[in-house]
Amino acid sequence: MSHHARTPHLGSALSCLDILVAAYGSALRIDPRQPTEPNRDRFILSKGHAASALYAVLAERGFFPGEWLDRFARHGAELAEQPAPGCAPGVELATGSLGHGLPVGVGLAMASRLQRRDFRVYVCVSDGECNEGTVWEAALLAPAHGLERLAVIVDYNRWQATGRSDEVMALGGLREKWAAFGWSAVEVDGHDLQALSQALSQVPDGSGRPVAMVARTVKGKGISFMEDDNNWHYRIPTAAEVQEAARQLGLGTAAATGGDPTGTL
Amino acid sequence: MRNAFAQQLTELARQDERLVLLSGDIGNRLFDRLKAECPGRFINCGVAEGNMIGVATGLALAGLRPVCYTIAPFLTYRCLEQIRVDLCYHHVPVTLVGTGAGLAYASLGATHHSCEEMGMLRLLPGLAVVAPGDPWEVRAALRAAVQHPGPVYLRIGKKGEPAVHAAEPAFAIGRALRLREGTDVCLLNAGTLLPIALQAAELLSADGLGAGVYSFHTLKPLDETVLATEFTRCRLVVTLEEHSVLGGLGGSVAEWLADQPTASVRARLMRCGTRDEFLHLTCEQGAARTHFGLTPEAIASRVRQALSA
Repeated sequence: MSHHARTPHLGSALSCLDILVAAYGSALRIDPRQPTEPNRDRFILSKGHAASALYAVLAERGFFPGEWLDRFARHGAELAEQPAPGCAPGVELATGSLGHGLPVGVGLAMASRLQRRDFRVYVCVSDGECNEGTVWEAALLAPAHGLERLAVIVDYNRWQATGRSDEVMALGGLREKWAAFGWSAVEVDGHDLQALSQALSQVPDGSGRPVAMVARTVKGKGISFMEDDNNWHYRIPTAAEVQEAARQLGLGTAAATGGDPTGTL
Repeated sequence: MRNAFAQQLTELARQDERLVLLSGDIGNRLFDRLKAECPGRFINCGVAEGNMIGVATGLALAGLRPVCYTIAPFLTYRCLEQIRVDLCYHHVPVTLVGTGAGLAYASLGATHHSCEEMGMLRLLPGLAVVAPGDPWEVRAALRAAVQHPGPVYLRIGKKGEPAVHAAEPAFAIGRALRLREGTDVCLLNAGTLLPIALQAAELLSADGLGAGVYSFHTLKPLDETVLATEFTRCRLVVTLEEHSVLGGLGGSVAEWLADQPTASVRARLMRCGTRDEFLHLTCEQGAARTHFGLTPEAIASRVRQALSA
């Protein structure tokens, strides 16, 4: 998708892909045939620059035809480089400007309780996104209201656009930070599908508090020459690199534009 | 206006379970009845306005009708991007109520003034911008806003604004209310200066000039029908607002006017509002209005001068 559409952020997409696979593959109570069902669990990919990963998972899960992925980010395509409101079934929020997903998630979780619907709300944010003040405004409000059906998953790949996320701002001790803000905070291997599925399924976790999962991830995960190399925040792979990536992932060449690299959906 | 807002909101919340009030940690005791009668539907979001807009968006996406309430500059300037992306881009039915707008909190200094926010907000696609002229209009505007399919900004004053209407007028967003007839000059007022507009019209009428007055409460969508009528039949149209002459009602009308064919326009436009500056004078609202020439006498004097030129 990145190669054909000439879009960046491939490293960021691969970083959170396993989180999306675990959520949509098992944890979320959703029905792709009824994408606006009022009681469905909500998943917001707040790091909208990784939308290609979300689109691939939604297509694999049957929310829309796989051909949409082939037209991704082309002129007039359904799927924009970063999601627009209502652009595709399953996309809950237009994201791309960082720091918006968690506040909206707090509102959805409040609505879930007020309306006695009891759906759950998951928001995936990036570690760089945690620079934004509104993330922490939302982080202060959610525990004050005991929003136990709300979960934030921090895709902690330790990089942001132009530097190490622990160095650009003092992000270290991230789990402790969420815990100090009143969340039930755990660390999880962000590429262990079983551990992710289990953690995501256990929301609410009985603590009466919202759940924060600090997911240790690798930017560019799964492709040797991209892993933990921040150039892939912006770089677009060449045709040869796409072939090499497909080989490493054990995929045919056709899969380079979409498909489910993990085979778990 | 605050009390009219709180009473009307409480009445609406009793009738409609979808109504939820979000406050940016203001309104101490103002909403006690709402809290008692509608448990869970008053949410103090703390002093975190940007987050409050996002929370309102989440509530609205789930089918509720949130109303966000705090002091106008904090609700608007601080949250411009949340208003743009969360509310307008998603076109959700959220009502923003900015209290103490314009120069209502003159004595608190320019941090608490909002004389540019309507100009800023009316640029945002799909956002209705409404400045009611008295407590009756506040009630009616709030009812209209919570029925509106998209986001609405309501700009209100603080307390003690006099009632101009004898009873609640027939109110619709985007439709100006005529309060007085006159064909020499027409005063279009947005917001809490409405009594001043009427007093200015009285002074002009004592001079033998026919002065019409509208509560031109909606900046967006603009009531172009009234504009077309008044610019055709009057010699002078005056906009009046506790807001900068840039970008507010005066700016909106000037933009509209620039697009009209010359033959259809008889009247000239005069914009009365605050100048393009911060108010550095320590003073109450009345003195601040005087500072910007927003008194009946100053307005009437400018009108006489323009009509005799």
